[in-house]
Amino acid sequence: MKKVENILHKYGHQTSRIIQILQDIQVEFNYLPKETLEYISQRLRMPMSKIYSIATFYAGFSLNPRGKHLCTVCVGTACHVRGAANVLDRIEERLGIKSGATTPDKLFTLETVNCLGACALAPIVVIDGEYHGQTTVNKVDVVIDKYEKKDS
Amino acid sequence: MKKKTVNREFRLDLLVCAGTGCVANHSYEIKEELGKEINRHGLQKEVRVITTGCNGFCERGPIVVVQPDGIFYQRLTKKDVPYLVEEHLLKGRPVKKLMYIPSPEEPPVPKMMDIGFFRHQRLIVLKNRGRIDPENIEEYIGFDGYQTLEKALTKMTPEKIIAEIKASGLRGRGGAGFPTGLKWELCRKTRSAMKYIVCNGDEGDPGAFMDRSVLEADPHAVIEGMVIGARAIGAHKGFIYVRKEYPLAVKRVKIALAQAEEYGLLGENILGSGFDFSIDVVQGAGAFVCGEETALLASIEGKVGRPRPRPPYPTESGLWDKPTNINNVETWANVPTIILRGAKWFSSIGTKGSKGTKIFSLVGKINNTGLVEVPMGITLREIINDVGGGIPGGKEFKAVQTGGPSGGCIPKSLLDLPIDYESLTKAGSMMGSGGMIVMDEDTCMVDIARYFLDFTLHESCGKCPSCRLGTKHMVQILNRITEGKGEEGDIEFLEDIGKNVKLASLCGLGQTAANPVLTTIKYFRDEYLAHIKEKRCPALVCKSLISYVIDAELCSGCTVCAKNCPSDAITGEPKEIYTIDQKKCTKCGICLTVCPPKFKAVKKVSPPVK
Repeated sequence: MKKVENILHKYGHQTSRIIQILQDIQVEFNYLPKETLEYISQRLRMPMSKIYSIATFYAGFSLNPRGKHLCTVCVGTACHVRGAANVLDRIEERLGIKSGATTPDKLFTLETVNCLGACALAPIVVIDGEYHGQTTVNKVDVVIDKYEKKDS
Repeated sequence: MKKKTVNREFRLDLLVCAGTGCVANHSYEIKEELGKEINRHGLQKEVRVITTGCNGFCERGPIVVVQPDGIFYQRLTKKDVPYLVEEHLLKGRPVKKLMYIPSPEEPPVPKMMDIGFFRHQRLIVLKNRGRIDPENIEEYIGFDGYQTLEKALTKMTPEKIIAEIKASGLRGRGGAGFPTGLKWELCRKTRSAMKYIVCNGDEGDPGAFMDRSVLEADPHAVIEGMVIGARAIGAHKGFIYVRKEYPLAVKRVKIALAQAEEYGLLGENILGSGFDFSIDVVQGAGAFVCGEETALLASIEGKVGRPRPRPPYPTESGLWDKPTNINNVETWANVPTIILRGAKWFSSIGTKGSKGTKIFSLVGKINNTGLVEVPMGITLREIINDVGGGIPGGKEFKAVQTGGPSGGCIPKSLLDLPIDYESLTKAGSMMGSGGMIVMDEDTCMVDIARYFLDFTLHESCGKCPSCRLGTKHMVQILNRITEGKGEEGDIEFLEDIGKNVKLASLCGLGQTAANPVLTTIKYFRDEYLAHIKEKRCPALVCKSLISYVIDAELCSGCTVCAKNCPSDAITGEPKEIYTIDQKKCTKCGICLTVCPPKFKAVKKVSPPVK
């Protein structure tokens, strides 16, 4: 809880900075653990219901632990017209999970994003912050293999 | 403040683009390699390497421009660097094979300003892109940066600043096009001891990245604009709200703010004028609706980002119920140049009702994907053909989508439309923040309508039933149509719901949600009818309405498709004709992409094979 306390301190224990606080918590823990939210609720004297409404309203927050690798598929318009839907289908098929889920071995979490603003690279798949531009359905396996291999 | 000049002692400057697109294509590695090679040849005292913000020509990244000659190198890889350094920097022979080639029949174009993509642009907001290091305030100052601030703080009254912005005809670049000067005046006139200034950088329209680029390439222009605006309105605190999907923009803005404070351009007693103003950065958390001003304000206050009814407008009651002036990134970035060069100059550019320039992100099925700044009044045809270099692969242009999920699809027949706020609205679309998505014959307009509605459905905050339920109902109908289960009367029903969602929703998100559907029905009714009546997708996109087949006459039995099929749906013997088992096929399309171009045996057909 020392880490949480540091984050709260950074934002002066202000309830108006709750979004930034939750963002920092997520960077630290990879998701928003329930017990941490309860702790924050007590420290800021902010009802859990309010924290929960914020954590569920904003798409950037996750209440479940995420996998070791975060795979984000951009489904912005530019990516869409260049075939992002097929790429996403293929990744879902390959990982055996739907977007928003984590593989049972906790290796991959699959998410979509509305636009990364790097449309020249469309369709884009980002894994652990690394951009894979012009991803086509037949490149999916090569890209995923690379991250799977890292762990074997 | 003394004007500092940029160090010009170097023979050559290498400007390495470090916008998000080029960075993703490893431009920092190129920079490192350039440094190594320059040192290896002992050129470090003659040649300098600078990282700049986004050049806009993201399609061609990573980009390096050699100044003062303006030689433009594109799509560089690490292994090109030693040759480039030796040939160009050491021997003075620019390397042709690394230059931009418009088409295989044409010669390479050495100079940046001779490339069609750049030649037709008019830069006001993006004037510093690709020429300064956005992480170094000295470079911004070297190109007249913060000159205007000095003028505005010491030689102009707040009323004079507002009069100048009003006379310039500047309108909000975030989409709605409200006159900026008028907004400032309204906010100034509201009496309050505390007022706020907000920069809206929650650029949520998919396919739009103007604000990202401005914040990454020239953050000080936005800051300078905000300080001038704060002075005019009488605010002492400002916020820059940036969406979390733009980590590089957030980083650069934070660096710029720290530098501006260090130079006394932010904080207390700015430039000795007695005026105090500071800015904080707030990062969004992934909610499209927060681009709406009242939702954005709620988000800054640490609440759920739901819009509220207006009036009262934020200029009367905004952040923490205090008068608040919100403008978009691009609007703020226009301000310093307008004050510096005057309203008369600015209003000489553009059309009667829309002055100045507009930045568009030109994306989708277009050769020169990137960011372009053009004068208002330019036609869509000029943007797509002259700046954008036309459609790739000799395909036919079908439509251009402007205004993001609030906008509409504009067909070929309206290509000569001069672009301004009014003309786009008249065509059923809107200016929006400036996303321009080009679509070709392979884009299904029903699928696009479904795509946008699905987007709006997920991003609807849920407050108004018309938006929450109307978009859901429309998506269900569109899903049915794309799955081949469309019925007679669906089109009319969509139009009916669409009009009601428009009428009964509180904020812009709901009011404009139906635009993508209504415009595609208006201009591409045929495609809807083909889906509904013939169960056919003319663009061969909707998965339920297509099949992949192998043309027996073209198949040579090379086995590539069968080897790559992840569902083992393709069978056959080597050197003989292969066939696809439609029951096993998941329609992933891999066979089509791997079939060698010399055979082109795999095809999509619609209606699907039974």
